[in-house]
Amino acid sequence: MVSVTTPDGFNLDDSGKRVVVDPICRIEGHLRIEVNLDENNVIRNAVSSGTMWRGLEVILQGRDPRDAWAFTERICGVCTGVHALQSVRAVEDALGIEIPTNANHIRNLMMLAQHIHDHVVHFYHLHALDWVDVVSALSADPKATSELQQSISRWPKSSPGYFSDVQNRLKKFVESGQLGIFANAYWGSPAYKLPPEANLMATTHYLEALDFQKEIVKIHTIFGGRNPHPNWVVGGMPCSINIEESGAVGTVNMAWLNIVSDLINQTIDFVDQVYLPDLKAIASFYKDWNYGGGLSSKNVLSYGEFPAYANNHTNASLMMPAGAILNGDLSTVYDVDVRDPEQVQEYVVHSWYEYPDEAVGLHPWDGITDPRYGLGPNAKGTRTNIEQLDEGGKYSWLKAPRWRGNAMEVGPLSRYLIAYARGKEDIKEQVDRTLAELDLPLEALFSTLGRTAARGLESSWQAHKMREVYDEMMANIKRGDTATANMEKFDPSTWETDVKGVGFGEAPRGALGHWVHIKDTKIENYQCVVPTTWNASPRDPAGNIGAYEASLLDTPMVNADQPLEILRTVHSFDPCLACSTHVISHEGEELTTIKVR
Amino acid sequence: MPAKETFYDVMRKHGITRRSFLKFCSLTAAGLGLGPEFAGKLAHALENKPRTPVIWLHGLECTCCSESFIRSGNPLAGDVILSMISLDYSDTLMAAAGYQAEELLEQTIEKYDGEYILACEGNPPLNEDGMYCIQGGKPYVEKLRHMADHCKAIIAWGSCASWGCVQAAKPNPTQATPIHKVILDKPIVKVPGCPPIAEVMTGVITYMVAFDRLPPLDRQGRPKMFYGQRLHDKCYRRPHFDAGQFVEAFDDEGARKGYCLYKVGCKGPTTYNACSTIEWNGGLSWPVKSGHGCLGCAEDNFWDKGSFYSAVTNLKVAGNVEANAEKVGGTLAAAAAIGVAAHAAGTVISKATGKRSKQAEEVNNG
Repeated sequence: MVSVTTPDGFNLDDSGKRVVVDPICRIEGHLRIEVNLDENNVIRNAVSSGTMWRGLEVILQGRDPRDAWAFTERICGVCTGVHALQSVRAVEDALGIEIPTNANHIRNLMMLAQHIHDHVVHFYHLHALDWVDVVSALSADPKATSELQQSISRWPKSSPGYFSDVQNRLKKFVESGQLGIFANAYWGSPAYKLPPEANLMATTHYLEALDFQKEIVKIHTIFGGRNPHPNWVVGGMPCSINIEESGAVGTVNMAWLNIVSDLINQTIDFVDQVYLPDLKAIASFYKDWNYGGGLSSKNVLSYGEFPAYANNHTNASLMMPAGAILNGDLSTVYDVDVRDPEQVQEYVVHSWYEYPDEAVGLHPWDGITDPRYGLGPNAKGTRTNIEQLDEGGKYSWLKAPRWRGNAMEVGPLSRYLIAYARGKEDIKEQVDRTLAELDLPLEALFSTLGRTAARGLESSWQAHKMREVYDEMMANIKRGDTATANMEKFDPSTWETDVKGVGFGEAPRGALGHWVHIKDTKIENYQCVVPTTWNASPRDPAGNIGAYEASLLDTPMVNADQPLEILRTVHSFDPCLACSTHVISHEGEELTTIKVR
Repeated sequence: MPAKETFYDVMRKHGITRRSFLKFCSLTAAGLGLGPEFAGKLAHALENKPRTPVIWLHGLECTCCSESFIRSGNPLAGDVILSMISLDYSDTLMAAAGYQAEELLEQTIEKYDGEYILACEGNPPLNEDGMYCIQGGKPYVEKLRHMADHCKAIIAWGSCASWGCVQAAKPNPTQATPIHKVILDKPIVKVPGCPPIAEVMTGVITYMVAFDRLPPLDRQGRPKMFYGQRLHDKCYRRPHFDAGQFVEAFDDEGARKGYCLYKVGCKGPTTYNACSTIEWNGGLSWPVKSGHGCLGCAEDNFWDKGSFYSAVTNLKVAGNVEANAEKVGGTLAAAAAIGVAAHAAGTVISKATGKRSKQAEEVNNG
């Protein structure tokens, strides 16, 4: 290849200088990005490689399906709980178990809290430093910072003295010479556009967000016993509700429910008074940096999430709807059926796995995976010291999932586009209002910043949804329903001998599905297709590129040695690599092993 | 390079008064389970020690340890990162990427050879020449060994680094291997749990930074101060166990009264951790308190000990009395009482003879 056009309409040219960024930091897991630049330092080819594999699904084979949530929860500790939820849903689907109304409300509260936590941590701790120059904050005028803060929000921590204290702390930290996590970065790059006051405000909120994130997770602690990795159970939730009888002190009681209510209020305040205003303020300085759209203006997918009614995962129930958009046609939203063997399929022609016939894709219920590590013929370096990957061969531990053969983008922006196209009033109003405030057209959403903005808007929508869900749960409890688990079919002796199920929904990073096959009360086969596998996917047999690769194209870099622009766009997807690399090795055979010295 | 600052210098610079500093020391000493006399020693140490560089690596893992760490309430994670240690490398939090990130590793070796703490989250896979975890184009295990060669001591965060955890569950397709089986020549503090409790993580760091030594470890390499007792020993539902009052199924009458979760699979009787005392997320709750049995996530190989919903069957106690699920869970109060009495007696005997750690091994290997 020197120059080609992919079937999905992207132009690739690998003739220019190759730049490798490995590791990509401030993500979950391990990811490598390679790009080719033209003579003007514009990205003309991009290669996304997932560089880790843990093999959790093979580990699940032969185990008790009621335990699967605990194993799959450990796929990821950042989006903790999202895999556990799809796992219990998949097993409940297979066994025909219906969960009680309260369990549905509690699961919604936990998932909403998880999304918001993830979005806040992503924005401030994983993504902000791509836009915010911490060193520039040192030269800010605290008084001007205070004025800026008060002009955009009624957040009370806004006095000149407060910002002056934070700035002094920062100054002394920098003067110490031990820069810790801020060392060797890209401070002072002309790619940073914020004035010092905005940098100081955002840096201050980096610290405040660190304190806030440990609070919102307490919703998990109350209902699931801890965070990260709260507990779940097939059939409902393990936490019993007792609000009036003896023993209440040892279970979910009024005191704990009040804490949940309080945490919801805190969350609404933080998201609406800190996160959203920061997002809008930062975005207003980068309106001209409209790169990174990639697949978002073409193909997006959502499985939908937050069922208003227990055991109903159709769009009639889902507060965030499901659907697929192809070729940027917002006037047609396709329905998605995760059970249809023709819809979700995975390919491995460029992945470090082997199929008997790599020209075809396999539905997860029929998924096979056989690890075959090895570099393509044009790779540089050796198999244990890769200098440059060959994207013409196999180059990633991620498979390539496709929907009806199309590469799809998933995540908050995809959800929002689908909800918008489906005419969901609350989301449409929020999007239109925000675009009007920033004086931007709808097309502005098809960008790196659009992805980042959708995440923030969604956090606010989710924070207010938590309040609604909580109120509905309290109304249900008031009606006398305190059930949290349905244990009728918990005993394996009540199960049919051969059943299949699927759990699907939306993780913070996008569409997530778990497919399980249960035979003789044990797991026969288990497959997960997760958001980052969609977004960071390698190429498929037809030559379609995935969302990361597409989004990096045509972006100019200010300095080829400083990968700020690459980080910006890749981070806008909130990569989660531990989630995305999965396989089943049929025999679990031993491959080449290195000796312990 | 400027002269190295002490933790106290940094706190002073941040506008923290000496009075607040001393209060921090006494709270920390209490948090570590140390007597009031240690508050002074802690203060002295923090006033005179330079900030300790920490290199935090990630192998095969899920990042739940880093996530747990930032949940710490006392001390706040932000204060640990900005004031207590110098976190010179962290895949999750560092601003730099690519070669700028990797350069920091060599710079740290250059400046602090033999002085930095290597914090390991996750573990290296050894199959496929180590290429199931590739960093900078090379096997992670190479990076781990290189950084271990020059460190002062290692903290093995969580059950991945300590034991292998979920990716090492049977059949362990990648041959994911805990740190102590790859690094044989450095002191290692294991802080198991999936993940460990936030305040246990920051507590271990505070101890090491303040006293410049490893915390006392049990025979398996875990800090005694946090892993010295079974959850069962300090469980607030223990009286229900002793009274033979059990949850038979989730959300049954017993569950709504907060009865003991032993019969629905709680691994508290065989799990050494601090959940039932320190609790989670600022001491708000812990798994048992919110109605689910303990998974035993701080124990070696906890994934391969049968279903999480099967009652513990290897509840060995001293004196060769075995109180298994059938005896304790036989539902007749009398049978339960016998089992429990034997259990209680066993606990007393082992305390008296100081055979706790041996007993711990029996339980864990059982």
